[in-house]
Amino acid sequence: MKGINMETLLRIEDLETVFRSDDGEVKAVDGVSFEVGEGEMVGLVGESGCGKSVTALSIMRLIPDPPGRITGGVVRFGGRDLLSLSEKEMRKVRGNEISIVFQEPLSSLNPVFTCGEQVREAIALHQKLGRRASKEKAIEMLRLVRMPDPEKRYKSYPHQMSGGMRQRVMIAMALSCEPKLLIADEPSTALDVSVQAQIMELMLSLRESMEMAVLLITHDLAVVAQMVDRVIVMYAGVVVEEAPLGSLFERPAHPYTEGLLGSIPKLGSRVDRLPSIEGSVPDPLRLPPGCRFSDRCPKRFDRCTEAEPEMFTVSSGHRSRCWLLAESEGS
Amino acid sequence: MLRFIAIRLVQSAVLVLIVLTITFFLLHLAPGDPMARYFHPDISPETVQMIKERLGLDKPLIEQYFRWIGSFIRGDFGVSLAYNVPVRSLLADAIPNTLRLTIAALLLHIVIGVALGIVSAARRYSFFDRFSTVAALFIYSIPSFWLGLMLILLFSLKLGVLPSSHMQSIGAEQLSGIALFADRIRHLVLPAFVLGIASAASIARYMRGSMLDVLREDYIRTARAKGLPEGAVFLKHALKNAAIPIVTIIGLSLPFLLGGAVVVEKIFSWPGMGRLTVDAIYARDYPVVLAVNFVVAFMVISGNLLADIGYALLDPRITLTRRGAGR
Repeated sequence: MKGINMETLLRIEDLETVFRSDDGEVKAVDGVSFEVGEGEMVGLVGESGCGKSVTALSIMRLIPDPPGRITGGVVRFGGRDLLSLSEKEMRKVRGNEISIVFQEPLSSLNPVFTCGEQVREAIALHQKLGRRASKEKAIEMLRLVRMPDPEKRYKSYPHQMSGGMRQRVMIAMALSCEPKLLIADEPSTALDVSVQAQIMELMLSLRESMEMAVLLITHDLAVVAQMVDRVIVMYAGVVVEEAPLGSLFERPAHPYTEGLLGSIPKLGSRVDRLPSIEGSVPDPLRLPPGCRFSDRCPKRFDRCTEAEPEMFTVSSGHRSRCWLLAESEGS
Repeated sequence: MLRFIAIRLVQSAVLVLIVLTITFFLLHLAPGDPMARYFHPDISPETVQMIKERLGLDKPLIEQYFRWIGSFIRGDFGVSLAYNVPVRSLLADAIPNTLRLTIAALLLHIVIGVALGIVSAARRYSFFDRFSTVAALFIYSIPSFWLGLMLILLFSLKLGVLPSSHMQSIGAEQLSGIALFADRIRHLVLPAFVLGIASAASIARYMRGSMLDVLREDYIRTARAKGLPEGAVFLKHALKNAAIPIVTIIGLSLPFLLGGAVVVEKIFSWPGMGRLTVDAIYARDYPVVLAVNFVVAFMVISGNLLADIGYALLDPRITLTRRGAGR
């Protein structure tokens, strides 16, 4: 964990994003609040469908409307509320102050433009550079992300590259304007295992040298364990636990987090079957009453189905949304 | 690329030969006879028989076919039975006129169709989008001969602003360069519009659908995440991708344009291949019908080849090196 005096870079308060569907409105993000400090690396973890990617897109205001809409909350970044900026002001933030790297590098790159052009475009846009200067900067960025033979690769199209190279292009594009915050939405999930490690290692080293904050979104706690300062766990549209990395792994305070940690294989231990969390993620239109995890929770008791718990403080910087903590707090 | 074009040219030549063979036999299957025009009380059956022998029409069909295809391959299209002039000179007059009309219609349909499609996609579900959807369906359903007659009625007879027929005014040869050009454009407006507008409506629908498909792609989200303004997202990132299938559709619409030209030329007395074809079919003027068929087949195949090349230019994932690539 970084210093305690770290300045807050991003503060999300009660963010609410809904999607309209034929069966009704789905609150994909339902009152999410968290912070990211300057230069901090935070992991946002949860199963698919828990609202972590929607949170990321809401920060960037890239929710496709229709069917989606941000219906409430504040996204405070550098002294402004991003949600109240005009579209024009927001465009100066996107790709410049906040960048995002998506999961699928192949589909996220435009197939009919060269990779170099797609990096160059962002540079020309935000840094007001001419064609030649922006091209030089783009090649420099490709070199920075350790693209082999960057001059030649500048002219390559996405389909002529490997998955790892494509993701390097995405990273070069995202970092080209030296953003203060990089959102990485499952940046290595679509890649081969050996390439995953390279991409993660690259992001770590670039984050060090560029002094930017990173919000790393993943479903894999094992990825988070190697990299981040702090972890935020989401379940069914809400934050269920938030803790410094060490504290989370040593003393998980939410049964859902315990379940996630239990399903990571441990070196040296022999088990026939990894433990998993019973059941599946609830349908957002038919959430269980009370705690959203109550229908799958092995530690459920009466109170869990009566009301939704609030966030309880476990220790400094460690909070969890579980009624078990109210019991211990009250006693 | 060159290898691809060469292979396609050989394929095309075979295709044209097949088209011509089918046309030849179909034409002779049809009732009627080029000699019908000579059936007259003053012409004796012996004379008709003599003409028939001189033209070679008394020979067995299969022999006629090989004689005709042999001279055709040597570039000799024969002599028109109805006009008694070489088919080559008839075509030399008609082809440029038809090209002028179809190219004008093609440009019109690409420009109008693509522009309407983009705007509809950008303003999806707006009044404009709904209106253009209905209008496109309406226009697409109108038969061109009726639309042509109605436009002549309105613009030529009622308003008197545009000419109703022919390629230029009588005596236009005496006009200076610019005035002559303006006169020809005025004559071109109505027929080109009638010919192009139906395909423009269909291109607009395809373009809208293609744009909407592309706008859902991840790379559009990437473009927005970079901070690009909507104009650049649309006209740069989305348009180039959306245009790829449209190029094929434009290539495929070429036969319809040339087919439509037959009707439109007849209505507007446009001295092109369409009119030549219709008249030749009525007169059972075999050499002219066959030659026109050859030219149309050639144009359609060239159009498709151009569409394939355009496809490869737009989409870097397609390389025209392998056989059958570009599809």
